[in-house]
Amino acid sequence: MSATGIGAPVLRREDKRYITGKGQYVDDVNRYGQAHAFFLRSPHAHARILSIDTAEAEAEPGVVAVYTGQHLADDKVGGLICGWMIHSKDGSPMKAGPHPALAQGKVRYVGDHVAVVIADTYSEAKDAAEKIVVDYEVLDAVVDTAGARTAGGEPVHEVAPDNTVFEFHLGNREPTEAAFARAAHVTKIDLVNNRLIPNAMEPRAAVGDWDAGTDTFTLYTTSQNPHVARLVLSAFIGIAPEHKLRVIAPDVGGGFGSKIFIYAEETVCVWAAKKVGRPVKWCAERTEAFLSDAHGRDHVTHAELATDAGGRVIGLKVHTVANLGAYLSTFSSSVPTYLYAPLLSGQYDIPAIYVEVDAVYSNTAPVDAYRGAGRPEATFVIERLMEVAARELGKDPAEFRRQNFVTSFPHQTPVIMCYDVGDYAASLDKALATVDYVGFPARRAESERRGMLRGLGFSAYIEACGIAPSAAVGSLGAGVGLWESAEVRVNPVGTVEVLTGSHSHGQGHETTFAQLVSDRLGIPIDNVSIVHGDTDKVQMGMGTYGSRSGAVGMSAIVKALDKIETKARKVAGHVLEAAEGDIEFKDGKFTVKGTDKSIDFASVALQAYVAHKFNGQELEPGLKEGAFYDPTNFTFPSGVHICEVEIDPDTGVTRIERWVAVDDFGVLINPMIVEGQVHGGIAQGVGQALFEGTVYDSSGQLLTASYMDYQMPRAYDFPRFSVETTETRCPSNPLGIKGCGEAGAIAAPPAVINAITDALGHEDIAMPATPRAVWRAIRRTPQKMAAE
Amino acid sequence: MYAFNYHRPASLAEASAVLVANADAKFMAGGQTLLPAMKLRLANPSDLVDLVALRAELSGIRREGDRVVIGAMTRHGEIATSDVLLAAIPALAGMAAIVGDPAVRSRGTMGGSLANNDPAADYPAAALALGATIVTDRREIAADHYFLGLFETALEEGEIITAIAWPIPKRAGYEKFRNPASRYAMVGVFVAERADGAVRVTVTGAGASGVFRATDFETALTADFSSAALAGVAASPEGLNTDIHADAEYRAHLVGVMARRAVAAATA
Amino acid sequence: MPTVSMTVNGKTVRRDVDPRTLLVNFLRNDLRLTGTHVGCDTSQCGACVVHADGRAIKSCTSLALSCDGMAVTTIEGLATGADLHPMQEAFRQHHGLQCGYCTPGMIMTAIDLVARKGHHLDEHTIREELEGNICRCTGYHNIVKAVAAGAEAMKAPAEVPAMAAE
Repeated sequence: MSATGIGAPVLRREDKRYITGKGQYVDDVNRYGQAHAFFLRSPHAHARILSIDTAEAEAEPGVVAVYTGQHLADDKVGGLICGWMIHSKDGSPMKAGPHPALAQGKVRYVGDHVAVVIADTYSEAKDAAEKIVVDYEVLDAVVDTAGARTAGGEPVHEVAPDNTVFEFHLGNREPTEAAFARAAHVTKIDLVNNRLIPNAMEPRAAVGDWDAGTDTFTLYTTSQNPHVARLVLSAFIGIAPEHKLRVIAPDVGGGFGSKIFIYAEETVCVWAAKKVGRPVKWCAERTEAFLSDAHGRDHVTHAELATDAGGRVIGLKVHTVANLGAYLSTFSSSVPTYLYAPLLSGQYDIPAIYVEVDAVYSNTAPVDAYRGAGRPEATFVIERLMEVAARELGKDPAEFRRQNFVTSFPHQTPVIMCYDVGDYAASLDKALATVDYVGFPARRAESERRGMLRGLGFSAYIEACGIAPSAAVGSLGAGVGLWESAEVRVNPVGTVEVLTGSHSHGQGHETTFAQLVSDRLGIPIDNVSIVHGDTDKVQMGMGTYGSRSGAVGMSAIVKALDKIETKARKVAGHVLEAAEGDIEFKDGKFTVKGTDKSIDFASVALQAYVAHKFNGQELEPGLKEGAFYDPTNFTFPSGVHICEVEIDPDTGVTRIERWVAVDDFGVLINPMIVEGQVHGGIAQGVGQALFEGTVYDSSGQLLTASYMDYQMPRAYDFPRFSVETTETRCPSNPLGIKGCGEAGAIAAPPAVINAITDALGHEDIAMPATPRAVWRAIRRTPQKMAAE
Repeated sequence: MYAFNYHRPASLAEASAVLVANADAKFMAGGQTLLPAMKLRLANPSDLVDLVALRAELSGIRREGDRVVIGAMTRHGEIATSDVLLAAIPALAGMAAIVGDPAVRSRGTMGGSLANNDPAADYPAAALALGATIVTDRREIAADHYFLGLFETALEEGEIITAIAWPIPKRAGYEKFRNPASRYAMVGVFVAERADGAVRVTVTGAGASGVFRATDFETALTADFSSAALAGVAASPEGLNTDIHADAEYRAHLVGVMARRAVAAATA
Repeated sequence: MPTVSMTVNGKTVRRDVDPRTLLVNFLRNDLRLTGTHVGCDTSQCGACVVHADGRAIKSCTSLALSCDGMAVTTIEGLATGADLHPMQEAFRQHHGLQCGYCTPGMIMTAIDLVARKGHHLDEHTIREELEGNICRCTGYHNIVKAVAAGAEAMKAPAEVPAMAAE
């Protein structure tokens, strides 16, 4: 391993600009003559718009224009789309209601976009928006996830009279029923997977620009996938053909899924730029982010686990109601279906599984992928079930899991996935040793002496990431392929630019991708630059989400590098006057086998461009190759997280005392960055389990619309994490890597809740387990308190 | 924020005059509560009277016999680290050290906080428990007569707090259970045994009408100033806030827990 | 419009401003110092922390006019030429940042912390003192390590300890 190659903890190359304040985020982009947009948002969760009067607002100082949904309709601007078709079990397609970028006729959640005011300054736009008069006929709001289907009243969308988007199912009903019929024991649980608000620290922002000379649009936007944004804005929304629309996602301050989607605001900014003939800028206030960023999770689930007399799991039944909010966001339909149900088998050999998912509309913000997307929900179900079942059966939770682990690979589950490789016991053993499992009873006793409650919880998770084989997802309803592209441009002096369709918004691609290139070509890492986030520079790409940038994005780079090497060998052969087959390439040098005749990579690059030593008709000059990589399978990162908590029964406050993560991510490119990804994932998962509750009142008002009411995890909420890895090489991509971005967020919630329920001695606690909730839960079990 | 006229008076008289002349004018000391409210358009002063130029005149901490006098524009961070205060009333310095966060403490002021009387602010609990005197540009107001309810005080139009005089107690302690999101006090309890032996227990963050005295706790502690004395004493949920973070019953319970811990801190 | 003048990163600046201009708007929009960020409306996230007269403040919760006559330092003012401030270097060395958005505020807060509490900072103190700075990416683990190392390094700016083994 070289100091900058694969496996080295190379310090991040992008950091220099961030730590000196020289990052370029969208809000740092200012175009000459730009105007500022403010969106008037619905104060009601559900209302008919009877009229909108913008005359007074238009007359306010500085106002350039005021637009409503009618203007979009007049310009034939299409609505926002959902790019994944899900069919119900009866074969009918999902019921997608219209989703205009500015409301047309109805508003469907608090924060829905009613009008945009464009003015010389942001303050003027915001001031003028107060002069817009909207006459609403307020309707009853549908808020409750479990009750949405029977809410009555006017449905959220006409197309779905009972607010049901689809009734999805997966697995094998009859064998599952048969397994339950012969089960020695059935464990039943009811769970709520709480709705989360993503809260990337950079609020969403957009700057739309239009060049009158070329009739070309440019959109600077906070996106995880600028090419997909361009595709949707072009092909579906109809802003401009793709070659007339450039989308740039510069430095992006975190995404966690929330910046995958194509939103109303960016659509309006780029459209309006031409209308007003000036660049139009918008940057969300934090409260707007709370109201209108796509939220995550929001499931209500009943699940049952069947075990035989020997403690083997023989069947799993799950019924989930998934709240998709007021509109179908870009990939919303895939999250509670194909990103959820196929993961319910967890790390376990479960012969029969049947899953039903009813997706519902409600008068709340749209729900879509948020870090983990479906997989945290699945992991929460199976890992809570396994913990509860172990307790009910009087078994050690670790050993009960071990007994049911998948141990031979490949392993086909009853729910689509074919696990390629893994060693689940290896992670479990390492985690048990690291947390000092045998010492836990003594630690618990010590806590009890101080009047505190101590508990330990496991989470043995698996996820499917590196999404995804295009044909496979296409057969499941995806509207796009999930390959990735790369282009490697070798310059005549031997420096290299890699253009990738992946997008970095904190993941460190400028470092890890360059490590790969440096390693492979034997050139200094400083001679490699990674280019991403600009549709004018980079060919079509699919972006970053689903822990796919390494497994898919880097694999595309490998493929392009293969082609570079092949061509460079040819050039070297000509220069060294040897047969191509006699050329060896190692450590940045091309050598004629068995001789000391060699030429370094940079010199080959120069020769490729001067093209003096070969026939330009037989071998093209230049050294630049592109590749599209389509994965052959999902990747299956897995691991075991153990959380140890101490609860103060006087206040209900839960402190995390120990956190052990042992993950199998396959081959690591940069262990420092991998570890950082795990830390962040754990923090978000702990946030879900302990802090982050999204609360809508019964009228659909969001009560947690700022940091005054939505608890963000802070530094003192965590202990020092112990993060370790095991490794089984992923067989389905050339680098053997699995992906690490979501693991922590997937693993953490059940580990926390399993620890808390262990401490409390009963299972009756929901997420987030706030101090009040824990205090109340303790009061529900006076016998436990008295006994101890 | 809505538009406003900005004033930066150089004297108390000038400051007061601006406020009297403009019905919707507001003073701003450190601005750590007012500015966020203005940004969210929850506050809309026509005129903002920035007291920053009076800082030299109105800040400082000095011991005057059996009390400590703190200038109104003294910042939380300065109060938290004042040797004079740490020696005389460590519980009050400790309170200042947990107001807001470090950056807020380097702008926010004691006078600003007391003038605002946010029901979740910390100082009102200390003022009421210790029997502070609110000194203004025109009079002195005893804490017992100063706090009149949510964001309501005895201050008159244009009246400016210039200093707060804090009698030095025999012992005192403060414990705060923070709102998990905002980090303001969800329940804060200040206990004090004053120099004359009187015991005060005050509660902030919990009451629907702002800071209040927990007299049952005072009675118990008067008999025996120890945590153990509070074992059987419970606060009533009546009149306490219920919100998404805590219902009245939980707040009432926390009053008891924080009171016991505050006594423990005071007697440590 | 009233005029404000202050010293920013050692340079005197003077501008006419709308009274409602926050210090952060002044820095970002008038001076184009965009390293100071805005992450919330309620003075909690700390992405906007700068130093004013040597103390860390939230520039989103201060009017530009209130800072008239003050000396303000932003993230852009920390490095000396190509030499990073030890705290900046420590964040890089310890992978104390991911998306970079909260980072300027974290670094400014950390330097202020060292000024107030010295070079030997235990983990508990650091975690408590970061109350006013929210990061969504890192889980704070490496930020805490970076602050501790940066604090030590500020004693002897020439050397920043390499990444410590856990």
